Amino acid sequence: MINLRDKGASAWAGWNKPQRSIFAVLAIAAAALLPFAGNFSFTSILNTPISSYADVLVYPVGMFVLMALGLNIVVGKSGMLDLGYVAFFAIGAYTMAILGTHTSLNTWEILPIGIAFAMIAGVLLGIPSLRLRGDYLAIVTLGFGEIVRIIALNTMKIGGPNGIANIPNPPSVFGIDFNIMTPNSFYWLVLVLILLTIWMIRRLSVRRPGRAWEAIRQDEDAAELMGVRTLRYKIWSFVLGAGVGGAAGVVYASKAIYISPDAFTFNISVLILSCVVFGGIGNIWGVVLGGVFLAYLPERIRFISNARQLVFGLTLIIIMNFRPDGILPRKKREKPLKSQEKSGAANV
Amino acid sequence: MHTLISQFWQLSFSGIAQGFIYVLISLGYTMVYGVLRMINFANSEIFMVGTFATVVMTRDVLNHPANSGDLHGFTLIFTMVACLIASMLASGGIAMLVELIAYRRLRSRGTNRLAPLISAIGISIVISESVSLMTAGRAVPAPEVLHKTSLVTLLGANIRVDQLMVVIVAPLMFFFLQYFVNNTRLGKGIRAVSMNEETAKLMGINLNRVISATFLIGGLMTGAAAFFFETVYESTKFNIGFSLGLAAFTAAVLGGIGNIRGAFFGGLFLGLLETYASAVLGSQWKSITVFVVLIVVLLFRPNGLFGEAVQQTRV
Repeated sequence: MINLRDKGASAWAGWNKPQRSIFAVLAIAAAALLPFAGNFSFTSILNTPISSYADVLVYPVGMFVLMALGLNIVVGKSGMLDLGYVAFFAIGAYTMAILGTHTSLNTWEILPIGIAFAMIAGVLLGIPSLRLRGDYLAIVTLGFGEIVRIIALNTMKIGGPNGIANIPNPPSVFGIDFNIMTPNSFYWLVLVLILLTIWMIRRLSVRRPGRAWEAIRQDEDAAELMGVRTLRYKIWSFVLGAGVGGAAGVVYASKAIYISPDAFTFNISVLILSCVVFGGIGNIWGVVLGGVFLAYLPERIRFISNARQLVFGLTLIIIMNFRPDGILPRKKREKPLKSQEKSGAANV
Repeated sequence: MHTLISQFWQLSFSGIAQGFIYVLISLGYTMVYGVLRMINFANSEIFMVGTFATVVMTRDVLNHPANSGDLHGFTLIFTMVACLIASMLASGGIAMLVELIAYRRLRSRGTNRLAPLISAIGISIVISESVSLMTAGRAVPAPEVLHKTSLVTLLGANIRVDQLMVVIVAPLMFFFLQYFVNNTRLGKGIRAVSMNEETAKLMGINLNRVISATFLIGGLMTGAAAFFFETVYESTKFNIGFSLGLAAFTAAVLGGIGNIRGAFFGGLFLGLLETYASAVLGSQWKSITVFVVLIVVLLFRPNGLFGEAVQQTRV
């Protein structure tokens, strides 16, 4: 099979600095112009039936890419299986909803608070549970996701099953308005968050935390013996992932105006994990591609309404069987030894 | 708290009956985990297919109308046995199909451990969506086969006939399974693969056959649980497997996943805990109680209550 990632990487390596900058600027510009693609005849094939194309680009596409990048820090970089990622998304969204309706704070002021709350939740969950390995961690995180949802569902003070309505939109910045008529500005906001996350992951990957995560993923015991403070770095990766999820939640609540516990089910955790593994676990560009594809596909094929989930499931089976490392897998040298994975010693 | 004390024995009996249903479902998770070290994500859908097999068998094959609660003697026993077998075979068959489609190719290529998880998620979406399309997403009632009379009152608890059947038959199936895994040739093969796949292969064990058999056995047990569930609750839906599957998976982890005896005690513990928690805190908080207890247990015993290292009873 064609190795797209190696082709891309060698082309990138062959360029000098100005060429790279030009490519990056062009790529970002192309991404930023995506909402307009629905209007032209030759790109209108991208248009989604039934739901508005510009809205689809914000949620699910942009949000899923952002959350998949956040989850990728946990699952892809340090190799811990997290099945309750939706909890952090929910915490961010509820922070926005509660503070937005009860205080005079606006979205930009709540954004760091939401991120902080999600990160604190990450620490609180991480300190006891990150001592566990592999599938035990998976079930504990899954349980945490359900706990958050059920508390939201049964606490009448925060709306219970009815959720919270009338959440304020973000105020205008630099003359860009944020309201129900301007889905494009929300898309650009999510795009900025995605770019910041990518930048953060790329910087961390080449520094000490990135190397520590890599060591933990390949062999946790060996990493510990070599003096890597495994628990500390595991908590760090968990907390950073949680922060990204919290940011996504704040923006989501502020865009949707209304949230309810139904939006934060286990299915979302599974979908985000699918985006990560489907696109290419551990590889940023693969994860982005996976998020775009899996979020966009069900919306694009909405015209077959009932059967779209069926097609979604079939796509997962087929792609995983033929490209088990995802569409754009990570570099070979970053993969742990096959034999270790089979014996179950490695976490992922 | 008052309900808990005044109805303690009633709650305990219902909790044990519910616990045995969990025991059988969690065997579907624990058997597969013990052999492959992979979560059998599609087990909740395997359970769901079993419940529909029971409904189809009573309603369409044996032609019992919706309220034929007056089956007696031979007809009753024949209907029950036919439903049990149909449910077990349907679930067992689907489980083998899941192994074939979602796991086999990926396993032979020795890829990362998440790829089979995602393809299992894919197949469980496909199964539940197909059933959802066929039933238009509505709940399907099952004909009442066994009239739910109370047989005796013991320590103030009504011993209902359907729950009594679960409490008697489910442990029998469990002990039969344990005997099978510990004493038969295929059971030894399953244990060998669980201890060391490579060595088992060198000893001439047919890996594909053993793994297929593991899924089949897990599916059969899950199917039996589906039949018991239908006898007690008499309704099913395309997404019914999710919450039960989650609870059963929690039970398996609580006991120590991959450990057959762990599934037994984990399932019973969870059934009782859920029932007591519903009585004390209200049923909406029962899953929270379960997860909090799970997290606390794992803090002190990171491999579950009974651990993974019991080689004798390990799958």
